[in-house]
Amino acid sequence: MAEIRNYTINFGPQHPAAHGVLRLVLELDGEVIVRADPHIGLLHRATEKLAETRTWLQTVPYLDRLDYVSMMCNEHAYVMAVEKLLGIEVPIRAQYIRVMMDEVTRILNHLLNIGTHALDIGAMTMVLYTFREREDLMDVYEAVSGARLHAAYYRPGGVYRDLPDRMPQYEVNKFKNAETVRRLNESRQGSLLDFLEDFTDRFPACVDEYETLLTDNRIWKQRTVGIGVVSPERALALGFTGPMLRGSGVEWDLRKKQPYEVYDRMAFDVPVGVNGDCYDRYLVRIEEMRQANRIVRQCIDWLRKNPGPVITDNHKVAPPSREKMKASMEELIHHFKLFTEGMHVPPGEAYAAIEHPKGEFGVYAISDGGNKPYRIKLRSPGFPHLAATDEMAKGHMIADATAIIGTIDLVLGDTDR
Amino acid sequence: MASKLESLCQNLQNVLTDRIASIRTAGGEVTIEVAAEHYIEIARILRDHPDLRFEQLVDLTGVDYSAWGDGAWKGPRFAAVCHLLSVSRNWRLRLRVFAPDDGFPVLPSLVQLWNSANWYEREAFDLYGILFEGHPDLRRILTDYGFIGHPFRKDFPISGHVEMRYDPEQRRVVYQPVTIEPREVTPRVIREENYGDAEHG
Repeated sequence: MAEIRNYTINFGPQHPAAHGVLRLVLELDGEVIVRADPHIGLLHRATEKLAETRTWLQTVPYLDRLDYVSMMCNEHAYVMAVEKLLGIEVPIRAQYIRVMMDEVTRILNHLLNIGTHALDIGAMTMVLYTFREREDLMDVYEAVSGARLHAAYYRPGGVYRDLPDRMPQYEVNKFKNAETVRRLNESRQGSLLDFLEDFTDRFPACVDEYETLLTDNRIWKQRTVGIGVVSPERALALGFTGPMLRGSGVEWDLRKKQPYEVYDRMAFDVPVGVNGDCYDRYLVRIEEMRQANRIVRQCIDWLRKNPGPVITDNHKVAPPSREKMKASMEELIHHFKLFTEGMHVPPGEAYAAIEHPKGEFGVYAISDGGNKPYRIKLRSPGFPHLAATDEMAKGHMIADATAIIGTIDLVLGDTDR
Repeated sequence: MASKLESLCQNLQNVLTDRIASIRTAGGEVTIEVAAEHYIEIARILRDHPDLRFEQLVDLTGVDYSAWGDGAWKGPRFAAVCHLLSVSRNWRLRLRVFAPDDGFPVLPSLVQLWNSANWYEREAFDLYGILFEGHPDLRRILTDYGFIGHPFRKDFPISGHVEMRYDPEQRRVVYQPVTIEPREVTPRVIREENYGDAEHG
């Protein structure tokens, strides 16, 4: 009789379903996974160490590069931690803008997750649909901050500038004729808020489209129902947060339980799964997109009616306006000191957590009173989720490893930091 | 919110009594410090006691205090800081424990209590060299295979010690001492209190 023994294979780091550079060492018994050992750190850039050598303000753009599919949420936790240490108030309009952009980010993130998750396990079409809507939201990012991805829009004390009054327009070129450009520009005639409102009108129908493609799809269900089941007790012990925890049936959402900014004024529901498998987590994410859409609409209504400042007038933290800077010596000094030496944050420590699309994203900042952080610890949601891969994948077939990696919404930039 | 913090502090005092080295509330967060010998025992109580019920270890990180406040630090060098979360009671707690020996920092491992500690402790070991006694699999996690040193310690330079390049003569990737000069654009400064206030000149 032939000797049968387990063998080990490398999944990644260059596997398209590894969502970046994840090296997963799988020990297999036939086609069944006995042990999954993720090797991470291939995208480790030591963001936390870099932050120690930059001023508090210079760190903000690094945060975008962590989880590069939900950029503004990362900034949000960081600026909240800095604001907590400084003890400054954020203008109410800035809080609404932050909430609105957070929810736009949540939709962006879930669209990418659902699209690529489906792509990984065989539903090619999904990603084409979800990227269509992502493009509109990317335009929103670009309109508010000037960058499609790495926005650096949130600043300690508020947001960098107010929402723009007009949307950028498409122009005729050799790829787009006049008719296409007219159709594309139809919704871009008004302000950013008009464009976003038009998007929120269209979006629920788009989610319905995704659901017709996936929710009752026999193949999708065969690949996700009963895969990667995590009980609520295990989910808590493993440090799960966000949709991963809610998929297991624990009703926990920081936006409801420990509300920050103006989430306590928003009406929205928190979806909770039942079985804790990949399919339930998918359903949770779909519903979260619908709820995020609701929140965006409420913010649009409020922002239309209530103009006001969007960044604090404490010029030790936020720069003065250009006009003031050029007219007043005092303001010129403030501007110069802020952008050379940077702000001084009183000694102490603070932990600020937000409900990031992937789970709880926390920033633990220690200051010794200097113009640079003493220590920044970024609590990325993907890190404990990936740590649980071994437990989730054990006993499943090798093809299910892809489904499990997809469901934990893995972005290596965020896990490796 | 304030009453919630007070009741948490009260519960901590009642349950842990004199085993807490210090308890502090700042900015809506409660921090307790414990000695390394009580660490595991206290962590177990924090998780299981019905008045505390911290079911989740949200975060665990190492901190190197050696450069704090330009040499103003007097205590032990390395600490592990945990952030605990209670889903049922809806409160948070920061738990700090200092490693007694600066040269060879060792702390007990929390993996048996909260499984999420596994990778966090590997990370703290990798970046700070804090050893966690009782950890089942204390390997490096974020740095390269064969990496030497603990990069987040304050005495480790930001540019590192070695760099990697392809050597066309040897036809392989080689490591060599770093050739880049460290450059600091903005120096780190700590101003005295009330610096820049109008009434203080």
